[in-house]
Amino acid sequence: MKFLYAAYAATWVIHITYLAFLGRRYRRLRDEMQEFRKK
Amino acid sequence: MRRTFVILALLTLALLTYALYQGMVVAPTEQTMGEVQRIFYYHVPSAVTAFTLFLINFAVSIVYLVGRSQRADALAVSTAEVGVVFCTVVLVTGPLWARPVWGIWWTWDARLTSTLLLWLIYVSYLILRRYSTSGQTPVIAAVLAVFGFLDVPFVYLANRLFRTQHPQPVYFGGPGSGADPRMTYALLMNMAAFFAFAALVVWLRFRLERARQDFEETQALEALLQPDARSPR
Repeated sequence: MKFLYAAYAATWVIHITYLAFLGRRYRRLRDEMQEFRKK
Repeated sequence: MRRTFVILALLTLALLTYALYQGMVVAPTEQTMGEVQRIFYYHVPSAVTAFTLFLINFAVSIVYLVGRSQRADALAVSTAEVGVVFCTVVLVTGPLWARPVWGIWWTWDARLTSTLLLWLIYVSYLILRRYSTSGQTPVIAAVLAVFGFLDVPFVYLANRLFRTQHPQPVYFGGPGSGADPRMTYALLMNMAAFFAFAALVVWLRFRLERARQDFEETQALEALLQPDARSPR
């Protein structure tokens, strides 16, 4: 059972990590855009 | 747009929960492998989703090579990136299933090796897109995507063409293949849920890429309009 739970948990850890990474890129682009508008 | 996204995200979450319930509770326990066989309901849909995303990547890369459409390029990078995430899930859940069933984490058989190769091809594609500073990067990446996709049919056929440690196909594998209808239903529900989830993530990634393309275009135009950027007469 531990392998089954590990596989299901690993799947969601991978997806959530990617979503967090995507969120960080969104924020970085938004900051760059704001910086550019200020110039 | 935001409201539509929230509604679709909630529907996807409900479908994922329902599919998880089907895979973990409703589907019967497989006789030889026992409970660990339920990894099947995440492993196979992740693989099918990754292959589908790479197929879309292949098609839009051709569209980009023909018409140089920025939207096609944005969709190509989005599907490749999300495809790599799903392929990573396949490469992680596979060994977690193999260890209790085969007694080993990994073996260099045709199916496993070609899947690892597929992952490496698309990771190379993403590294190329991320770090190359050439103006021709999208073109080179599109060509790589077209040739890289050739590995997908090979991965699919690997356990049909060669003797592999990886099991023979459960579906479309000729006489005797197939599974209990409750298992098939759980698999199809998980497949639908993973497709819906992948579509949402690709949508997010596509919007980010389009915003980045627009921003870069604005920056380039602004740079051209700067007085000191004009060429001297």
